[in-house]
Amino acid sequence: MPPVLELRGMTKAFPGVLANDHIDLTLEEGEIHALLGENGAGKTTLMNLLYGLYQPDEGEIILRGQPVDIHSPSDAIAMGIGMVHQHFMLVPVLTVTENVMLGVESVRNGIFLDRAAAAQRIRAISQQYGLEVDPDAYIKDLPVGVQQRVEIIKLLYRHADILILDEPTAVLTPQEAEELFKVMRSLAAQGKSIIFITHKLKEVLAVADRITVLRLGRVVGTTTPQAADEGTLARMMVGRQVILKVQKKPAQPGDVVLSVRDLLVLDDRLQLAVNGVSFEVRAGEILGIAGVQGNGQTELVEALTGLRPPVAGHVTILGEEMTYASPRAIIEKGVAHVPEDRQRDGLVLSYPVADNLVLNTYYVPPFATGIVMHEEAILTAAEERVRQFDIRTPSVRVPVANLSGGNQQKVIVAREFSRPIRLLIASQPTRGLDVGSIEYIHNRIIAKRDEGTAVLLVSPELDEIMALADRIAVMYRGRLVAVLPPAEVTKEQLGLLMAGATLDGGRRTDDGGQPISTP
Amino acid sequence: MSEAELKAKPAPRPVEVKAPQLPPLWQRVWRTISLPILSIFTALVLGAVFIVLSDVNVLATYQNFPNAPGAALRATWDAIRLAYGALFTGSVVDPAILAQALRTGDPATWSRAIQPFAESLVATTPYIFAGLALALGFRCGLFNIGAEGQLFVGALASVWVGYSLKGLPAVIHLPLALGAGALGGAIWAGIPGLLKAKTGAHEVITTIMMNYIAFRLSDYLITGPMKRPGFVPVTPFVQESARLLRFFSDPNIRLHAGFLLALAMAALVWWFLFKTTLGFEIRTVGANPNAARYAGISVTRNYVFAMALSGALAGLAGTVQVLGVDYWLGQAFSSGYGFDSIALALLGKSHPLGVVLAALLFGTLRNGATRMQSTARIPVDIISIVQALVIMFIAAPAIIRAIYRVRAEREIGEAVFTRGWGK
Repeated sequence: MPPVLELRGMTKAFPGVLANDHIDLTLEEGEIHALLGENGAGKTTLMNLLYGLYQPDEGEIILRGQPVDIHSPSDAIAMGIGMVHQHFMLVPVLTVTENVMLGVESVRNGIFLDRAAAAQRIRAISQQYGLEVDPDAYIKDLPVGVQQRVEIIKLLYRHADILILDEPTAVLTPQEAEELFKVMRSLAAQGKSIIFITHKLKEVLAVADRITVLRLGRVVGTTTPQAADEGTLARMMVGRQVILKVQKKPAQPGDVVLSVRDLLVLDDRLQLAVNGVSFEVRAGEILGIAGVQGNGQTELVEALTGLRPPVAGHVTILGEEMTYASPRAIIEKGVAHVPEDRQRDGLVLSYPVADNLVLNTYYVPPFATGIVMHEEAILTAAEERVRQFDIRTPSVRVPVANLSGGNQQKVIVAREFSRPIRLLIASQPTRGLDVGSIEYIHNRIIAKRDEGTAVLLVSPELDEIMALADRIAVMYRGRLVAVLPPAEVTKEQLGLLMAGATLDGGRRTDDGGQPISTP
Repeated sequence: MSEAELKAKPAPRPVEVKAPQLPPLWQRVWRTISLPILSIFTALVLGAVFIVLSDVNVLATYQNFPNAPGAALRATWDAIRLAYGALFTGSVVDPAILAQALRTGDPATWSRAIQPFAESLVATTPYIFAGLALALGFRCGLFNIGAEGQLFVGALASVWVGYSLKGLPAVIHLPLALGAGALGGAIWAGIPGLLKAKTGAHEVITTIMMNYIAFRLSDYLITGPMKRPGFVPVTPFVQESARLLRFFSDPNIRLHAGFLLALAMAALVWWFLFKTTLGFEIRTVGANPNAARYAGISVTRNYVFAMALSGALAGLAGTVQVLGVDYWLGQAFSSGYGFDSIALALLGKSHPLGVVLAALLFGTLRNGATRMQSTARIPVDIISIVQALVIMFIAAPAIIRAIYRVRAEREIGEAVFTRGWGK
C-alpha cells in the first residue's frame, strides 16, 4: 500500500534564504510522524507548502499515490489535509458547535442553521476519538486544552484524514499534553495520519512513530523513538553536542533583594489576578515561579516592574519601598526585566538592533548628554554587544524585526544583562526558542546568579523551572500554593499543583498566600 | 512499519543561509519614493480624464467620433494640454516670458518670469509648517486632525500681538508675534493631548471638536473685540515691525522670510526627532507604546508633549501666512492648509524632507490651479480631485502596485498613521 502522503524534493527559496532544500517526507496511514527542528529549520515553511499557503519552487506532493497541486488551504481541506495552528482560529463568543460548523454550515429549510444536526455529529466525533467536549459550551469559557480539541474536531468534521499539528503542546500543562497524546494515539489507531511539529524532544519520544529531523532547510535524518534518545535528537537538530542538563553549582543565597508582602493586583478586567502573594528573593539564588499561563504570573511581574500598580501590599527592592515606583525608577534601581512577550513589550520591531540595545539607557552617558544622543557611542556599544552575546545580524542598523526569534531574545538579554543589575525578573525567557538558544540563555541566567544577582524566573515550562530554580513556587489562581526545593519534588507533583490539586506529603502552605520563609 | 535503525543520512553540506542585507542606497530611496511618484503620475492622468469630461466642446466632438476620430482625439489632446499647460505656466514658469526676460534683461519681465514659482513657494510655506505638525504627531502615534483649528488660533494670537503692540523694534516684535502664534497652537493642541493622557479621550474626536471652537472663536474675535474700526469685519493691520521680510520689492511677488523659516524648521524637526532623546521617546511611544512603557518612558507625558509641539507647528503655519502675506485676518481666512496637511504628511511619509517635497507639490498645485481656472477655464476643483486621488493612492498602495505591477515590500513602517479607535 502506498504511503498516504509523500513529499518529494520540496524546495522553497525566499530572498536570501533557502527555507526548504529538496525535502523528502513520507507519511504512512495511521502514523504519528514528528517533524523536529529548531526555529528557522524550515518546518513551518514545509507545512505551509503542504497546506497551500506557499507554492513550492520545486518538488511534488503525492497524495494517496496521485500527484496533486495544492493552491490554497481550501484545496488542502478538500483533499483531506487539515492543520491546527499554534494560535487557535476560534471565535470566543460562539459555541463549540457554531465554531465547528463555521464555513460548512448545515442548513434547515434553506435558511436556518441546523445546530442540532451539527451538534449530533460533533458528539459522534468526540465519542469515536475520545475528544471530550460539550458542543453547547462557549469557546471563551473553555480551558486552552479543550479549545485545542475543538480545533481538532473542526478538522475531523471536515473529513480530514491527514492532520498537521503545529507546536500543539506550547500552550498546555503537562497533564493536558498527556491528554492530547492520548487523543493523537486514538486518532492514529483509527487510521488518521498525523504530522506533529515540535521542538520538544521528550514529547517526540513519547508519542511519535517516526521522527524526521530538519536543520537549515534540509532533512538531517529519519529515525524512530526506539533508535534515538534526547541526546542524539538534539545533536541532529543543532548539529553539535548539546548539554541538555544545565550545569550549576549550589546556590549561595545572600541578602534579601526583593521582598513581596501580601500583594494584590488586578488584571485588565479588574478581577483579582494576584491574591495576597508574599515571597522573598535573595542575592545569588533563583526563585522559579511555575504555573499554567493565566494564573496571575503576568500581573505579578507587571506589578514588580512598575507597569501595573498593585491595589494593596508592599514591594521592597534592596530595602527600599518600591510598591508604586515608576518603571524608570525600578530600572534605575538595578532591576532587569526580560518580558514574557518580547515583541509586544521588549522590542521596538521597526527600530534597528542598535536602538533596541539602548531602549532603556538611551538618555544616560555615554549614549546621550543632555538631550543630544550620540549615535557613534550607541553603534559602538551595539557592535560590542552583538559580538559578546553572539547576536546573528548582518548589521546593528538592521531592524530587529528581521532577526529570528532567538536572536531577538538575545538582543533583550544583551540589553538587560549588560547594565549593572541586582535583580533579574525573567518571564518565559526561552519562550518559542530552539535548543541552542535555550542552552545559551540558561547559562547566562546561571552566570548572573553566580555573580550575586537575585533572579525571579517565571515560566510555564516545568523543565526550565526544574533545571534552573533553586526554589520553586507554584502559582495557581493568583496565589502561591507551595514553595519547594527542586530536589524534593517531581515533575508530576508540580503538574498536579499547577492544576490546583493539593500535594499529600509535600510541603504546602495552608492558604497559599502565607509568607514563605527562606532557609 | 518497524525501521528501528537510525537512517541518518550524511550530514548536509553547510548551506549559506544569508541573513537579510540592507540593499544599496539607491534601491532604498527608490523604494521609498516610487509609490508617491507613481501616485502623483496616476492622479494627473485621471485628472486629465476629468478635464475632458468637464469640457462640453470636447465631448461634442465625440458625437461624430466614428466619422472623425482624429478631430475628437485632437480636441481631447488640446484640452489636456491647455489645462496642464496653464497649470505649469501658472505655478512654475511661462517659457515664453522666461525667454523674453533672458533676451531683454528687463527687470519687470524678470519679475513676471519669477512670479509664478515665487508665488508657489508662498503657498508652500504654510504647508511645510502644517505638514511638519502632522508628521510629528504621526511619529508619536497621534492623529492630529485639529491642525486647522490650531492654525486659526496661532494666526489670531500672532495678529493680535502684531497689531496691538506698538513702538517695538522688529527684532523684538517679530519674534514675539511668531512666539505668540506658536504658543496659541500649542495650547490649542495641548488640551486634546491632556485629555488623552488623563482620560483616554481619542485625539481624533477632541481635535475635531477643538476645530469648531477655534472657528467660532475667530468669528467672534474678528467681528467683535479684534475688529478694525469700520464696517468690514477684519482685524487691523499688523505693525511693520512684526512683518516678515519680503525678498522682492515688486508687490506681486510676495515670497517672504517665512519660507526660509519653514526650511529651517524642517531641519530642526528632523534633528529633534532623530538625534535627541526627546525625539527618541516620541518615536518609541509612536512605534510601540508597550515597549516604551517597559523601557521607562512615560507614554502619557509624551502624548501631551508631542501634541503641544504639533500644535505649535500648526500655529506657525497660520502665523507665517499672517505676518508674511496678508498682514490682517478676515472671517474664515484659512483655506484648508490644516486639512490638506494631513494628506501631505502621509505623502511625505512623516519625514521632514518628505514633508518639504510634498508641501512643494501641494503649494505648486494650489497656486497653479488659480491660473488654470482663469486662462483655461478649468474649475479649481479639478486640482482638488487630483489631490484627493494622490491621497487615495497613497492610502491604498495596493491600487498602485496592481496598476504598475510593483511587488509589495514587507514594510516595517516606523510611523503609525492610524491606530485603532479607543485603545
